[in-house]
Amino acid sequence: MSEQVIQWHGAGLTRVPYAVYTDAAMARVEQERVFRGATWNYLCLDVDLPEGGSYRTTAVGETPVIVVKDDDGEIYAFENRCAHRGALLALEKSGTVKDFQCVYHAWSYNRQGDLVGVAFEKGVKGQGGMPASFCKEEHGPRKLRVAVFCGLVFGSFSEDVPPIEEYLGEEICARIERVLHKPVQVIGRFTQALPNNWKLYVENVRDSYHASLLHLFFTTFELNRLSQKGGVIVDESGGHHVSFSMIDPAAADASYKEQGLRSDHDRYRLKDPTVLAGFTEYDDGITLQILSVFPGFVLQQIQNCLAVRQVLPTGQDRTELNWTYLGYADDTPEQRGMRLKQLNLVGPAGFISMEDGAVGGFVQRGIAGAQELEAIVEMGGDGTESSEGRATETSVRGFWKAYRAHMGIDGGTA
Amino acid sequence: MIDLLRLCAFNAAYAQAIDNDELERWPSFFAERCLYRITNVENEREGLPAGIVYADSRAMLEDRIAALREANIYERQRYRHLLGIPVVASADAGGAVATTPFLVARIMATGETMVFASGEYRDRFVLAGDQLLLAERVAVCDSTVTDTLLALPL
Ligand code: FES
Ligand SMILES: [Fe+2]
Repeated sequence: MSEQVIQWHGAGLTRVPYAVYTDAAMARVEQERVFRGATWNYLCLDVDLPEGGSYRTTAVGETPVIVVKDDDGEIYAFENRCAHRGALLALEKSGTVKDFQCVYHAWSYNRQGDLVGVAFEKGVKGQGGMPASFCKEEHGPRKLRVAVFCGLVFGSFSEDVPPIEEYLGEEICARIERVLHKPVQVIGRFTQALPNNWKLYVENVRDSYHASLLHLFFTTFELNRLSQKGGVIVDESGGHHVSFSMIDPAAADASYKEQGLRSDHDRYRLKDPTVLAGFTEYDDGITLQILSVFPGFVLQQIQNCLAVRQVLPTGQDRTELNWTYLGYADDTPEQRGMRLKQLNLVGPAGFISMEDGAVGGFVQRGIAGAQELEAIVEMGGDGTESSEGRATETSVRGFWKAYRAHMGIDGGTA
Repeated sequence: MIDLLRLCAFNAAYAQAIDNDELERWPSFFAERCLYRITNVENEREGLPAGIVYADSRAMLEDRIAALREANIYERQRYRHLLGIPVVASADAGGAVATTPFLVARIMATGETMVFASGEYRDRFVLAGDQLLLAERVAVCDSTVTDTLLALPL
């Protein structure tokens, strides 16, 4: 980070310079050290690749990537970039292929990302062609390491990244297994274009402090205002987190009964509460679990509403948030119906999530002209340890701990 | 009898209720048991049932408006719907099936206007007494991407 002039002030991880959300040089280094660095990036679900030849196009940071299953049943991933002049190899979001052929000059690649064909390699009628020294094996798109954990396909450009289980750590693995313990089915895909830097969204996901302050849906409709049991888990690296809570049904019942006497509050009650009429499917009583994996992956269980989210930077102040809504393959029609209704809580129109789509933009616009200033991330102290209470920014600090480690930023300036 | 003109008038009134910020009137365009869903062409092509919005009763639509008024936090914005002419698949004395293309521009508090959504309504209308109502409206957006958030209904 040669000409890096961003100043990191304050004690440890409690100050975040606003410049990190706007600085172009920072963004370039980020692509190299975070997204193409020693991290595992979510690519797709293994159910997205049902058979040999099934592929999906996705991205790691801004780098376009193809994920494809070969006939050996293995999943391969490589840059979606032709070795010749750099054109995209696959143009569709998904499909089935025998191999990949570049549209530009018809160079072709097998499903493992090897360059196997160069059009007119020997020339035409003895004229032209590639030099005899040209060796196809030496050229090809960059390949990623691939790891599948609980049906989640991750990829890494790094040779140094530890195995996925080690990267995630025991607690995060267990929390992923808790949700993805049986086969899932995709029930919808939606993309939200966010008007802010990607880091503002991943911070928001880790920010348990804002939840009951920004999202008034539950409190307004008197659905979930009782103090809940729960906690925040931050892993050793700081980069991954879990925030969870449980609704106490007995207490909720009492609250509803009591509310029944207060008819003047009727207009603040849901007329059709079936939107939240879920069913118990985990025996630990946890009704909400938001889990993040550094840098840009989120797994969500909000009651019976399951989804994975992929956070991709598409520019300094643009982010693509890809939602994949899930059910279990063995859902009954009733269970599936409940999930469809509960999805009203999340996504671009979600009673809870719509606000998360907007606040990042409020920050991005708010910090214009304030690049030399910084955010305060001091709620709940200055550490990154797990916590029972959720009025804390511990997992936001955790994100910065991991981010700074990958970026090679120590305390003070970088 | 339900005819094209009646469907056009219905759609015009529907769009006007939203665009004029008379959102409380919006649920009244639907039958009590109804389906309102917002999705996109890709999900439809693959038969994926989830929606950005998914409501199977008029009461759920009323709850959504109440939430927008009382609970949700979003920047002031309004829509301008431009609706095409319905293509009527069937119509008789009891109901109609039709699709209508829409274009929705979003006008933000900052003064900026942008094309927010295009697509088509896939509708099933019923006659309840003299009143034309939507038994089903699936708004199928052409784009898979929603800018920032979708607060107001399409
Ligand atoms: S760019 Fe792909 S073959 Fe030329
Ligand atoms: Fe939030």
